Order: sequence, then C-alpha cells, then structure tokens
Amino acid sequence: MLNDFLAILRDPNAQWIMIGCMLLGLSSGMIGCFAYLRKQSLMGDTLAHAALPGICIAFMLTGAKSILLFMVGAGLAGIAATFGISWITRYSKLKSDAAMGIVLTGFFGIGIVLLTQIQHSGSGNQSGLDKFLFGQAASMIGSDVRTMLIVSLFLTLACWLLFKELKLVSFDPGFARGLGYPVVFLDQLLMFFMVIAVVIGIQAVGVVLVAALLITPAVSARYWTDRLGVMLVLAGVFGALSGAVGTLLSASAPNMPTGPLTVLAAALLFSISLLAGPSKGLIAKRLQHLRARREHLAERRAGAAPSREVRG
Amino acid sequence: MTDFWILLTGSLVAACCAILGVFLVLRKMALVGDAISHSVLPGIAIAFLLSGTRDSAFMLIGAAVLGLVTVFLIQLFHQSGVQSDASIGIVFTALFAVGVILISLNARQVDLDLDCVLYGEIAYTHWNTISLLGIDTIPKAVWMLGFTLLLITAVIFLFYKQFKLCAFDPALAAAVGIPVALFHYLLMGLVSMATVSSFESVGAILVVGMLIIPPATAYLLTEKLGVMIGLSVVTGIVSTFIGYYAAVVLDASIAGCMVTAALALFVLAFLFSPSQGVIARYVSRRKAALRHTAS
Repeated sequence: MLNDFLAILRDPNAQWIMIGCMLLGLSSGMIGCFAYLRKQSLMGDTLAHAALPGICIAFMLTGAKSILLFMVGAGLAGIAATFGISWITRYSKLKSDAAMGIVLTGFFGIGIVLLTQIQHSGSGNQSGLDKFLFGQAASMIGSDVRTMLIVSLFLTLACWLLFKELKLVSFDPGFARGLGYPVVFLDQLLMFFMVIAVVIGIQAVGVVLVAALLITPAVSARYWTDRLGVMLVLAGVFGALSGAVGTLLSASAPNMPTGPLTVLAAALLFSISLLAGPSKGLIAKRLQHLRARREHLAERRAGAAPSREVRG
Repeated sequence: MTDFWILLTGSLVAACCAILGVFLVLRKMALVGDAISHSVLPGIAIAFLLSGTRDSAFMLIGAAVLGLVTVFLIQLFHQSGVQSDASIGIVFTALFAVGVILISLNARQVDLDLDCVLYGEIAYTHWNTISLLGIDTIPKAVWMLGFTLLLITAVIFLFYKQFKLCAFDPALAAAVGIPVALFHYLLMGLVSMATVSSFESVGAILVVGMLIIPPATAYLLTEKLGVMIGLSVVTGIVSTFIGYYAAVVLDASIAGCMVTAALALFVLAFLFSPSQGVIARYVSRRKAALRHTAS
C-alpha cells in the first residue's frame, strides 16, 4: 500500500495534480475562515454556480479556453451575483437565504442555457467546457498548476498583509468603520478573493463541490482554536491535507474522481474535529458535563449530609 | 404529442415544487431545499445498487431517507455550534461527494448519468413510458410526478392549519401543542420525494429553481398564504411554458430555459409588484414627499 503511494508520488503527472490540489485546499481554506466568520459560508456555493454564465460568455466572446479569461468572466459574474443578492435583500422583504437561492439557481440556469448553446453551435474546441460542472483534476497540466501556484501565493500573501484589516472587518464592521477603515472596499475585496478561490477550485473539483473547500476546513479549524491567526493556518493545513489525501486515493484506484474524494477527506477531518476538538468538541463537552455533574453531586452530598443529621 | 408530455411533466414539477417552496421560503429555509436536492444523490445510488433496477419506488424511498438524514445532520451540527449555513454546506457537499463516488465506482453497472442528474433531459421523457392500469402511453415521469403531486396536495390540504402556524410562528405552534419537529421532517420528506421524482426528467437544477424562485415571486405579490400558494403554482407553470418555447427557439437546454424564465418573472415582480415592487415603493415615497412639501 505504502509502496503504491510512493510510486504515485514519483509520477510527475500525479505530482502536478497533487501540488495543485494542495495549493487549492490551502488558499480556499484560509479565505473560507473569513467567510465563515462573516456568516457567508454559502456565498462560495452561490459564487461557484454564478460563475458558469461568466465562463460561458468568456468562452463565447473569445473562443479560447484559458483559465485567466475564465477567471475574469467568473469574477464579473460573481460581482453581478453579489449585487443581485444585495439588491434583493435591500429592496424587497425576501431574506438573504431566498435571495441567494434565487441568484444561485437563476444564474446557473442562464449558464446551462449558454452552455447548451455553445455545444449546439458546434464550434470546435468546446469539448471539456462541461467538465467545469464536475471538475477534472486529472486533466490538470503544468501550466494550470503554475497559474494555481501564482494565484494561491497571491491569496496567501494578501491574507497575511491584510490580516489586521480583514480581521477587524470580520469581527466588528461597525468598529472598523468608526476607525476609518474602508469597510465597503474590504468587503468587496474579500468577495473578490472568494471569487478567485472558487474559480481555480471549479477546475479541480467542479461547481457543486467547490463550496466544500471554502467551508469545511474553516469550520474544522474553528474547533481547535479561538485565535484567528491559528485558525487560518489550521484551515490551510486541513485544506492542503484533504487535497493530498484526495489525490493519493484517486490515483491508487481506477475510476475514482479526485474532487469528491478531496471533499470526503475534508468531511472526515471535520468529523474528527467535531468529536475530538479540545473544549468545543463533542467528547470534551461530554467530559466537561460529566465533571460538572460529579462536582455538583459531591457538593450536594457534602451539603446534604448535615441536614439529614438534623432531621434524624 | 411530444410538446404536450414535456409541458405536462414540466408543469407537474413546477406545481410540486412551487407548493413546497412556499413553506421553505416562509421558514427562511430556501437553501435547505437546495441542499436536499443535491444530497439525495447517494440515496438514489444506494437504492439502485441494492435493488439492481431503476425501479422508481426504491429510488423514492432511498431519496426520502437521505433527505431526512440531511435535515437531521444539518440540525445536529447546528446544535453543536456550527453556523446553520455552514452546516448546510458541509452536509450537502459531503453527501453529494459520496453519491458521485458511488456512481463512479460502479460506472459499469450503474445506468445513471451524472449530467442527467444535474440538468436532466426532459426532452426524452415521452419515450420512457410504462404500462399502468391498462394505459401504456403515459410517460413514467408523469405517473411519478402525478402521484407525488397528489400526495403533496393531500398532506398540505389535511394539515394546512398546522403547516401555516409552523411556517409563521414555530414557537406559538409548539406552545399550542403542534409537533413542530414532526411537521418539519414531514415537509423535508416531501421535498426529497419531489426532488427524486423529478430528477430523472428535469434534473436537480430545475427542482431547486422551482422550489425557490416561483414562491419568492409569489411572496412579493401577496400577503395571504392561500393566494401565495396559488400564485406560486401559476408562476411556476407559466415559466414552464415560456421556458419550453424559448428553448425551442434558442435550441438550448429546456430545464435551463425554464429556470431562466422563472428568474425573468421574478425580476418583473421585483420591479412592478403593485404593493412591494421597487417602482411602486418609489412612487409611494415620491407621493409622500410631495404631500409633505405641499403641507
């Protein structure tokens, strides 16, 4: 078994894919922390679905399949989706969940229409565009990974440089505004980072599952710490770890898709965190509960004993 | 005849989803519907692997079970301190991943197409007919959706008062002795049934679209629950018709066009609704301002 894995690691093609998936997990895990703290976890899902029409239009206009162009298209579509959501919640009595649902399905519907249009128009070179729905990590090549490397480094660096600002905006936007931070700009910036993370993620794991890379590692990390810095690092590590495990497992068996395995690895890490997290985990809570009950009973016994004497 | 069956199937999906969606939107759980429609995938796959057939009864049961598991897990994680939207995200992505893996592992035996699950192929429904009650020209999807619609209407009709109270004021409902949790799971079970009976013909995307968009449109047009359900069904069916003919003209995905049509109707309601619309609000604000300056 171990030899199998080592053999996979030596294969240059698998190396590329593994590095790509790990970088992806790392950067989306970190961005996901801010999204989670801002209670915008499902925004990643919405942005991923909304990216589809953007990608299709980018392809229709240029006829090229370049990840950079797709990123621009998806970014513009993501910005349109964000505006749509904020308009719906501001100008009607609908709440944000319904607004997100409307924008998500509506944009995805438009995307599907465009996608079938492209497929029926019969222009060559369109094959593989539908791979964006489910993602295909196995088709990643060196240049894709290099793009991912640059993007992940950019995201990591941005998180590090803007750490103080993003932290303040995530915890207390009102206070941040009072201190004179450009809150709206930082909001949009965070959304922009999410769009980038989603777009590079879509290629590897697909539209439906890319949300998991933003949500699951961040929530898992939350179980282990109360400090944002530590949480970011942990979420990055969890994301990278799930990417590595997903790639290894999918390479070791035929017919195993990388994306879903990566998501399952992340879900497994979440289950472990849910159970074993110190102080917030279910086991720790249970122990704490038992300890409290024992102490309480002991106290009551100590307090009750004299009263019984009096009664007797 | 093809047109007729496609329109009928689409309208049945729209009706099933539009009725249930009203309660989801009112309870602010629109995205739970989205989650369920994705996470029934492993239920369908497991039912298929166990029974070895694409028999719809097994799939309905498998999907209903998985739908309830989804709701239960979301509730569980939420209670142990995860934000509700994050727990929705974790649960449905993990279950969808399980479904994709199950299908890819058994790709040889499983005659399930992943693309089909996501955006369906409503254009082929009329070829897939089964013989029931001596009639053999009615497509299977119409039988299943008709049965589901009948069940949904019956349940909602029987427990209308309870569902209404649970939707608007769960705390009051609990206080007067209505088993709120039971009705919650009943609603979710119905949502998963609606999902699975439509997934083969129209795909998850149309289901989610019809669950959220027509009820939201109706929500902007009225303040009465009964009227809202009616309007929601009408909006859903109208978008089915517009979507189908648009798809014929554009030569594009039928399900995609139906969702897009529903979105267009929503935008119309959002702008022009007589009581809630952006324009109506603007006009009334202007009138108030004029009156203010005049006095």
